Amino acid sequence: MSEPLLEVSHLRVEFPTRHGTLLALDDISFAIAPGEILGVVGESGAGKSLTGAAIIGLLDPPGRIAAGEIKLAGRRIDNLPYEQMRRVRGREIGAVFQDPLTSLNPLYTVGQQLVETIMTHLDLTAAQARARAIELLASTGIPAPEARVDQYPHQFSGGMRQRVVIALALAASPKLIVADEPTTALDVSIQAQIIALLKMVCREQGAAVMLVTHDMGVIAETCDRVAVMYAGRIAEIGPVADVIHRPAHPYTVGLMGSIPAMDGDRERLLQIDGAMPRLNAIPPGCAFNPRCPRVVDRCRAERPELASVGATSAACWRPVEVVR
Amino acid sequence: MLVFILRRLVQAVVVMLSVAFIAFMLFQYVGDPVNNLLGQDATEAQRIALRKDLGLDQPFPVQFARFAANAVQGEFGISLRQGRKVSALIVERFPATLELALVAGLIALLLGIPLGVYAALRRGKASAQLLMAGTLFGVSLPNFVIGIVLIWMFAVELKWLPSFGRGDVVSFGAWTSGLLTRDGLLHLVLPAITLSAFQLTLIMRLVRAEMLEVLRTDYIRFARARGLTDRSVYFGHALKNTLVPVITITGLQLGSLIAFAIITEQVFQWPGMGLLFIQAVQFADIPVMAAYLCLISLIFVVINLGVDLLYFAVDPRLRVEGKAH
Amino acid sequence: MAVDANPNPAASVTALRGFFDGDVWHSFRSSPVAIAAAVIALIFFVCALFADVIAPHNPFDLATLELMDSLKPPAWIDGGEPKYLLGTDGQGRDILSALMYGARISLLVGVASVLLSIVIGVGLGLLAGFVGGRTDAFIMRLCDVMLSFPSILVALMISGVGRSLFPNAPDALAFVVLVLAIALTGWVQYARTVRGSTLVERNKEYVQAARVIGVGPLRIMWRHVLPNVMGPVLVLATIQIASAIITEATLSFLGVGVPVTSPSLGTLIRNGNDTLFSGEWWITAWPSLTLVLITLSVNLLGDWLRDALNPRLR
Repeated sequence: MSEPLLEVSHLRVEFPTRHGTLLALDDISFAIAPGEILGVVGESGAGKSLTGAAIIGLLDPPGRIAAGEIKLAGRRIDNLPYEQMRRVRGREIGAVFQDPLTSLNPLYTVGQQLVETIMTHLDLTAAQARARAIELLASTGIPAPEARVDQYPHQFSGGMRQRVVIALALAASPKLIVADEPTTALDVSIQAQIIALLKMVCREQGAAVMLVTHDMGVIAETCDRVAVMYAGRIAEIGPVADVIHRPAHPYTVGLMGSIPAMDGDRERLLQIDGAMPRLNAIPPGCAFNPRCPRVVDRCRAERPELASVGATSAACWRPVEVVR
Repeated sequence: MLVFILRRLVQAVVVMLSVAFIAFMLFQYVGDPVNNLLGQDATEAQRIALRKDLGLDQPFPVQFARFAANAVQGEFGISLRQGRKVSALIVERFPATLELALVAGLIALLLGIPLGVYAALRRGKASAQLLMAGTLFGVSLPNFVIGIVLIWMFAVELKWLPSFGRGDVVSFGAWTSGLLTRDGLLHLVLPAITLSAFQLTLIMRLVRAEMLEVLRTDYIRFARARGLTDRSVYFGHALKNTLVPVITITGLQLGSLIAFAIITEQVFQWPGMGLLFIQAVQFADIPVMAAYLCLISLIFVVINLGVDLLYFAVDPRLRVEGKAH
Repeated sequence: MAVDANPNPAASVTALRGFFDGDVWHSFRSSPVAIAAAVIALIFFVCALFADVIAPHNPFDLATLELMDSLKPPAWIDGGEPKYLLGTDGQGRDILSALMYGARISLLVGVASVLLSIVIGVGLGLLAGFVGGRTDAFIMRLCDVMLSFPSILVALMISGVGRSLFPNAPDALAFVVLVLAIALTGWVQYARTVRGSTLVERNKEYVQAARVIGVGPLRIMWRHVLPNVMGPVLVLATIQIASAIITEATLSFLGVGVPVTSPSLGTLIRNGNDTLFSGEWWITAWPSLTLVLITLSVNLLGDWLRDALNPRLR
C-alpha cells in the first residue's frame, strides 16, 4: 500500500503485576491505509481493545508499551509526551466506545459536549462551533438536530446516543477512527443502522477506521481488511473476502467454521477444543498449538511470524493452502 | 415533579406530626403539664384554673390537637429551670447557634472540597496519603476533645484567642450577630473550627471517593479520548459530576451541624440553643426539651426537602420532560 | 433427608475458621498498621478487663486517698512522684488507675451498646426482609427517619427522658438507659444490611425448599441467612464500637452519661476540664489521649477489616 496512515510495528504491551509481568500484546504489526476500514476480530481477552487503547494512548496503568512503534502519518505517536498526545486525540484520531449509555456525561447537553470538543481542536467561535455541532448531528442521521442539540443524553434512545458518540468522534475531522465494539451494546435491529452509518460517514470524511469487534457478521459487512487476533498476537490478516472464504490459519478456519450459515448444509458447527490461554499461561511456540488440529513439533518450539499465504498473511508453520 | 413535591410535603407533615406526638407525650406524661406551662412558682389557684383551661379531662386527641396548635405558634410554656417563656429563650439563643453552624459548615465545605479533590487527583502520592491518614484521625477525635485541645493551645498557652462566650454582639431587632465585631469574630474562631472538624473530614473522604469513582467512568475516558484538556476533564466534567451527590449530602449535614453544636457550645460555653438544651436535659426541663425537639425536627425536615429540590435543579436526569427517543 | 439439614453443613464453623485461615489472616499479618492497631486495642482491652488487678491504686476506695497527694503532676515533672506515674487529680486519685477503670467503663458501655444495636438491627432486618410487605415498608421508613437525626440528639433525648422518668434512679438503671440510648442510634445500618442479604437469600432455592418442607422461618433465618451476613456485620460492629465509645464519652462529658460514681473516660475529661486553665493539664490530657488511641485503633482495625473482607479488592 502507499504511505499507510497508521503503522503499528512490533508492539508489545505489558502489565507489571505482583505475580510477574504479563505480556498482553506480543509483537503486533499491521498497517491501515488512508480511508481503509480494518476489522480486528478475536475472542474476549485476545487483545483487540488493548490494541485500540495503546494506539490512542489511553492504556490503563499499570499497562504500558514495552516495545515497538506506532506511527500516524509517518510520525511516531507512541512516545509522545502527554500534552502532545492529547492534541493528537480527537484531532487526528477519534474514538468510539462500546456503551453509548455511559459514554456521555449525563450532566451536559449533547451540544455542550460537541461544542467543547470542537473548540478544543478547531479554531472556531462559539457560534461557528455550534453550527458545526448541528451539522454533525444531521450527518449522523439525527432528526431535528437544531432542537436536539440542546437535549441531554438521557433524552436520546440507545441507537441515537451512539450516533451522537460517532458525531463526537468525528467532531474535529480526524483521519482515523478507533471503534471498540461500537454496536455490541445495541439492539440487533439498530446494529445494522449504526454500522452502515459509521461506514458512510467515514467514507464521506475520508477517515480510516479500526473496527474492533467479536462479530464476524459486522466485519463481513463493513471492512476492507481484517486482522484475526489470538492470545495477544495476530494470527491472520488480509482482505476480508479472503480471510472469510479462504482462511489460512487453522484458528481462522475454526472461527469461520463455527459461524452458523443459514444456507447450505446444516452440518454440525465446528468447535475448537479447549480455550484461549490466559495471559500468564501462553504456551511456547505458537500460542494456538495445544488446540490446533494441524500441529507439528515445530509449532511447539518456534513462534511463527506472519507470512504470505495466498492473498492473506498467516502466522503459521502449516497454514491451510486452500483453493476452494 | 409536582407529584414528587406533594408527596414529600405529605411525608414532612407526617414526620412533624410524629415528632409533635413524641413531644406531647413528654409534655403530658413526663413531668407535670401544669408545671410545664406555668412554671414552678404558680399559685394553687392558677394551677386549678389552668387545669380547667387545659381541659386535662378532655379526650386525648383534643389535648394533642391543642398542643399541636400551640406548638405551631411556638408556644411551649415556661422553662422549669429559668422561669421564662420557652419561646423567648429559643428566639434569644437561636442566632448564636445558627451563626456558629453556618460558619462551621462553610469552613468544612471550603476546605473539604478542594482537599478531597486534591487527594483524589494526587492519589498514591505521599501528600494525598497523609491527608487521608489525617481524616482517619479526624474521625476518631471526639468533638469535645478537639475543642479542649484547641482551647489549651490557643487560649491557655498561646493566649491568642478567647475560649468562651460569644464576645461583643450587635443586635438587629430580635437577631444578634457576632459577625460584625472583631471581638465577636475572634470568639467565633475556635468554636467554628471545632464544630467543622468532623464535617471537614467527612466531606473530604466523600469528595475523594466520589471523584475516584467518577474518574473511572466511561464518559471521562471518552472525554480524554476526545483530546479534552486535563483542566476540562477534571474540573469541567469530573468535578461537576462529583459535586452533585456531595452537595446534597452536605446539605443534610447542615442539620447535624446544628445538633453537634450542642457539644461545641458546652465546651466553649457558647450561648446557643445547644447549651440551652443540655442544661434542660440535666435539669429535666421538659418544655425546653420538647420545644428543641420540635424545632430541630422542623429544621431537618425543611433541609431534607430543600436538598431534594436541589437534586432536581442540579441533575437533568430527574427532570423527566420528554421520553427518550 | 433430614428435615432441617443445613445445605452448608458446617457453615458457622467454616465461616469462623475461614476468617482465621487464608486471605484475611494473611492480609492482617502483612499490614503493619493493622497489627499496631490491634496491639494497642488489645493493651487497652486487657488493662480495662483486669483493672482490678493491674491498676496500682484503687481510685474509688476513699480510704486510700490522701488529699496531700492531690494535683501532683506526672512522675517525670518536678513535683511528681513515681508512685503516681501520670499524676493525680484534685482529690488525690491516681490518674493512671482512674484511666484503667475509666477505660473499662467506656469499653463496657461501648461494647454493650453495640451488641444491643446488633440484636435490634439484625432482628429488625431479618424481620423486614423475611416478612416483607407492610412490615418491611414500615421498618424501612423507620430507618430513614432515624438516619436523618444525628445520633447525639437521639442519645440525648433518650437520656433526658430517662432522667425525667426516673429522677432518682439507681446506677444500674442509669447504665441501662445509657446503653439503650446509644444502641438506638446505631441499629439502622445493621437492619439495612441484613434486610438486603435476607431478601437475596429468601429467594434462593434451598430456602424455598426448606419452607416447602415446613421448616419454620426462624430456623431458616438463623441457619441460612445469618452466616451470610456476619461479614459485613462484623465490619460495621468494629467501626460502630469506636463511635459508640465516642458517643458515650460525649454524653459523659456533657454530664448526662454514666453516673458520677463510675466515671468513664468522658467523665474524667470533664472533671479535668475545670483545672485546665490553672495549668494542671494532665488530668484532662491522659484520658483524652487514651480515648483517642482507643477509637483510632478500633477505627483502623475496622478500616482494615473492611478492605480485607471486600471481595472486590481481593
